[in-house]
Amino acid sequence: MSTQKLKEIIKQVLPDVEAVICWQEGFDKLNVTPIFITSPEQAEKVVWNPLCAQNLASYLPSQKKKVAVAVKGCDSRTIVQYMQEGLIDRNNVVIIGIPCKGIISKKKVQKAIGNEPVEDVSFTEGSVKVKTPSGEKTFAIADVCPSKCTSCQYPTPIVYDQLTADPIQSDKPAESVYADVAELEGKTLEERKAYFLSQFDKCIRCYACRNACPMCVCQDSCIAETRDPHWITQKLSLDEKLMFHMIHALHLAGRCVECGECERVCPMEIPVAKLKKKINKEMKELFDYIPGVNPEDKPPMYIFNVDEAKIKEHKL
Amino acid sequence: MSEVAPKELRIVGFLCNWCSYGGADTAGVGRFRQPTDLRIIRVPCSGRVDPMFVVRALLTGADGVLVSGCHPRDCHYTDGNFYARRRLEMLKRLLPFLGIDDKRFHYTWVSASEGAKWQQVVTDFTKQVHALGPMHQK
Repeated sequence: MSTQKLKEIIKQVLPDVEAVICWQEGFDKLNVTPIFITSPEQAEKVVWNPLCAQNLASYLPSQKKKVAVAVKGCDSRTIVQYMQEGLIDRNNVVIIGIPCKGIISKKKVQKAIGNEPVEDVSFTEGSVKVKTPSGEKTFAIADVCPSKCTSCQYPTPIVYDQLTADPIQSDKPAESVYADVAELEGKTLEERKAYFLSQFDKCIRCYACRNACPMCVCQDSCIAETRDPHWITQKLSLDEKLMFHMIHALHLAGRCVECGECERVCPMEIPVAKLKKKINKEMKELFDYIPGVNPEDKPPMYIFNVDEAKIKEHKL
Repeated sequence: MSEVAPKELRIVGFLCNWCSYGGADTAGVGRFRQPTDLRIIRVPCSGRVDPMFVVRALLTGADGVLVSGCHPRDCHYTDGNFYARRRLEMLKRLLPFLGIDDKRFHYTWVSASEGAKWQQVVTDFTKQVHALGPMHQK
């Protein structure tokens, strides 16, 4: 099993680094939480299973010393993006790559079991068995995975120093990545407006999406809260909610690595990532740029061409 | 300030200090007749225009937003409008996805000598926004 291999690798790299960032079991069997491993004994606590949803690469920009981090394919794009933007020093990070066949959305499982307490969770190839007081239920991982997994293009990390298992290739078509965006684009302006307003109306402005976002690196200097006069007021209105999500989307323009953390943490189940995916789709079309794929690239909003091949002047 | 005439809409214009603001001035000095819906905000460079300015304006009462700067290659600060072009194009493509008609937002390049072009831009854009009507219900 790759968990065993993961533990071996952790013990192997531990002497060279300050800490190894990995996952451990949470308060119950359905929850997994991050752990900073500093001693070989702690390495035994490590787990790797489809519940390991957190993007641990998010910790990297705030680390002062050399650390190792365990990443899935999708998480590795975060690291590549950090490298593009000069937010981390690659020499100060040991990347333990984990080829991943899909993770589980905890919320989907909880919904399917009627929010009952979980007694045990076990995994077999491609499925998960959840034991609750009222019995056992088995789900195919493909049925309870977050939407990002259904169009995953990078099951194997793009950058890594060590790999816990053999690399795997994506079996999802490249067109499927922006299928949800294309579906919305097919609707009328009014339908889209109604859709987004009803979604963002649910927002309670907890800012969890921002706090979980690996690319929201401003931390305590976020423009949503720190400037005077304020960009958004405390007024409880749809416009203010919309403004916050536009701030998030525009500051991630051409930077969002589609790790899905914003949607995972949203307590109101708002499709927060849709706006960012739409921008990514346009970035691909305009500048042939996909965030977090090639460490040598520069984010499109950081650079320009004197003659833009694909930007045409708009006529009135 | 006098009461806004009922037929008039609110259009916010972000103009760069060096070209388009001068262009608007030239149009004024030349006494070119223009619609009066446009409220001009002078910025140092079109590169200063954060796409959030446009979004904020549209969400808080503007019916249309116009951004204008120096022609590409003519930027007073060499490359400000090159960055602006990328950002504004991104915004232009994002707005309709959110359900805001992209006809309410326009970005263009007008130099300080192009008074007549400025008159044309303002007239055409105002007409375009009027065709869509007010964005916010009173």
